[in-house]
Amino acid sequence: MKIAVCIKRVPDSETRVKIAADGKSLDEAGVKFVMNPYDEFAVEEGLRRGEVTVLSLGPAAAQETIRTALAMGADRGILLQTDKIPADSFETARIIAAELKTASWDLIFFGRMAIDDYSHQVGPLVAELLGLPCVTAVSHLDIDGTTGVAEREIEGGIEVVEFPLPAVLTADKGLNEPRYPALKGIMAAKKKPLEVKPVQPGPGSLEVIALTPPPDRKEGKIVGEGAAAVGELVRLLREEAKVL
Amino acid sequence: MTVVLAVLEQRDGVLRKISYEVVTGAQRLGGTVEAVVCAAGPVQGTDLVGKYGADKVVTLTNAAFAKYAPEGYAQALAERVKQGRYQAVVFGASATGKDLAPRVAAKLGVGVTADITDLAAAGAAIVVTRPVYAGKALLKVKVGSQPAVLSLRPSVFTPVERPKGGTPDTVPVTVPAGRVTVREVKAAPAGTLDVAEAQVIISGGRGLKEPANFKVLEELAQAFGGRAAVGASRAVVDAGWRAHADQVGQTGKTVSPSLYIAVGISGAIQHLAGMRTSKVIVAINKDKDAPIFKIADYGVVGDLFEIVPKLTEEIRKLHG
Repeated sequence: MKIAVCIKRVPDSETRVKIAADGKSLDEAGVKFVMNPYDEFAVEEGLRRGEVTVLSLGPAAAQETIRTALAMGADRGILLQTDKIPADSFETARIIAAELKTASWDLIFFGRMAIDDYSHQVGPLVAELLGLPCVTAVSHLDIDGTTGVAEREIEGGIEVVEFPLPAVLTADKGLNEPRYPALKGIMAAKKKPLEVKPVQPGPGSLEVIALTPPPDRKEGKIVGEGAAAVGELVRLLREEAKVL
Repeated sequence: MTVVLAVLEQRDGVLRKISYEVVTGAQRLGGTVEAVVCAAGPVQGTDLVGKYGADKVVTLTNAAFAKYAPEGYAQALAERVKQGRYQAVVFGASATGKDLAPRVAAKLGVGVTADITDLAAAGAAIVVTRPVYAGKALLKVKVGSQPAVLSLRPSVFTPVERPKGGTPDTVPVTVPAGRVTVREVKAAPAGTLDVAEAQVIISGGRGLKEPANFKVLEELAQAFGGRAAVGASRAVVDAGWRAHADQVGQTGKTVSPSLYIAVGISGAIQHLAGMRTSKVIVAINKDKDAPIFKIADYGVVGDLFEIVPKLTEEIRKLHG
C-alpha cells in the first residue's frame, strides 16, 4: 500500500512555556522540539501497512523530525518549508492537500491533534479538500482489501466505523506501540531521500492578538497530615470551596 | 443583526448536555441564536433549548441520522449555513464536535477555531481565547472568516437560563449515502462516566502502587453518586494499569471539573496542563514537596491508603 503520513514538529510536552518579546508567540530559546506524540502512532501504523512517505509543514529544523520518522523506517520525506506555520489551520490544510494531490495514496495518516495548538482539524480538513472519506481519532484499525473498520473513542463508549479506501485517518493513542528508531535505522535515515519544497502560506483569516500565561491559581494550603486531616478537608470543601 | 447557528448534539434521540453549553456560549456573541440538530426524528430535550436562550430550534431529519453520520451531518449543516446569513457557527468540542466541525468548515472554505474557553463580538469580527500548549498559555485571536466556525471546550460554558422563544421546526433533508458509516456504538459499562464529562474527577498515579488499588478511588467516585469519574496519570496509562480514555494531561484529556482530586500523582508538567483549569483541586500525596501541591487548593500529606477510605466514608455520610 502507498501511504502518506503527515507529521508536525512541536515543543516537547515537558516544555515550560515562555512568551516571546512580541507577546504573540512562544520563546523558542532552549525549547526541545519533538515529533508530535500522536504522529508517532500515525507513522507506526503506516510502517505496519506499506510504503511510507512522510510529509511535514514547518521550518528547516523540521527536517530533523522527518529524519526521526525515516529512522523509524519510513521510505522518504518531504518538507514543505516555511518559517511561519499559519495560525489558520485551513491554510495549513490547503498547502498539505495541494502536495498530496500530486500523487495517489491508499491511506493518508495524521495524528489526532498536535499537542501545541490543539486544533485537531488538519486531517479532516485535508480529507474534505481531497474529497476522501475520513475517520478521526482512530484507536483500533482493521483493513480487509479496500474496506476498513476503525474504532474511535467517544464520551462513554466506542464508535465502530466502516469506511472504503483510499481514506484519511487520524491516529489516537492506543492504536499501536510506536517503535524507537534503532541505531541501524538512524544511520540508514541519513541516506534516505528528503525533498525540501518552499511554500508560501497565505495570511489566512486568523489574527493573533496575544499569547499570555494562564492566570495563576491562588496559593493553596496544606490542610494537614494523614486521615486525621480528612474532617477538616471535607469542611473546607463544603463551606469554603462550596463544591460538596 | 448578528445571527449565530448553535449546533446541538444528540445521541439515541436525546439531546446531550453540551448542547445547552453551546447555546449559552453562542449568546455571548449577541444577536439571535438559531439552534440546529441532526437526527432521525424528534429529539428529547429540544423543548428546553429555548429556556437557555435559543430563539429557534431546527431539527434536520433524515433516516440515516439515527446514528452519527459524519458525511451526511456535514453536508446537511453546510447547506443550512449557506442558506442563512450566519456570522458564526458554534459547535461543542466533544468527540463528535471535533470530528464534525472541520468537515463543515472545509465545505464552507474556512477553518475551525477550536476548543474555545472565551468569546466575544468585536465589531464585525469575533475575538476568542483558546488554551494552547495544553493550557500552559492562552491564545487570543481575532477570527475574520465568514462565517466564523468555532468549537467550545466542554464544561466551560455553564448553561445559564435566559428564556427565549425556542420556536421548534423540523426540516427533512436529503443527503447522499455516506461512505463513512457508524456500524455500532459499544457503550461503556453502565454507570461509568467519561472523565471529560464528570463534575468530579478522582485521578490516580504511580502512588497507587498497583492496578488493583484503583479500587479505593472507584469507591470514592461511587460515594459521589454518579457525578464522579476515575482519571489516571500518563505513567499508569503507559504502564497499562488504566485505559487511555481515562488519561488526564497533555497527551490525554484536558478537563475542567468542579472538583479534581489528585491521588498519588506527583504533578508532572504535562499532567498539570490537563487539569489546571479545574475549579477546585485537592492533592493527596505522601511527598510534601510534590509539585502537585503548588497548584492544589487543598493538600493532604500522607498515606493515600489511609486518607482516601476515610474521605470516602465522609462523602458517603454527606450523600447518605
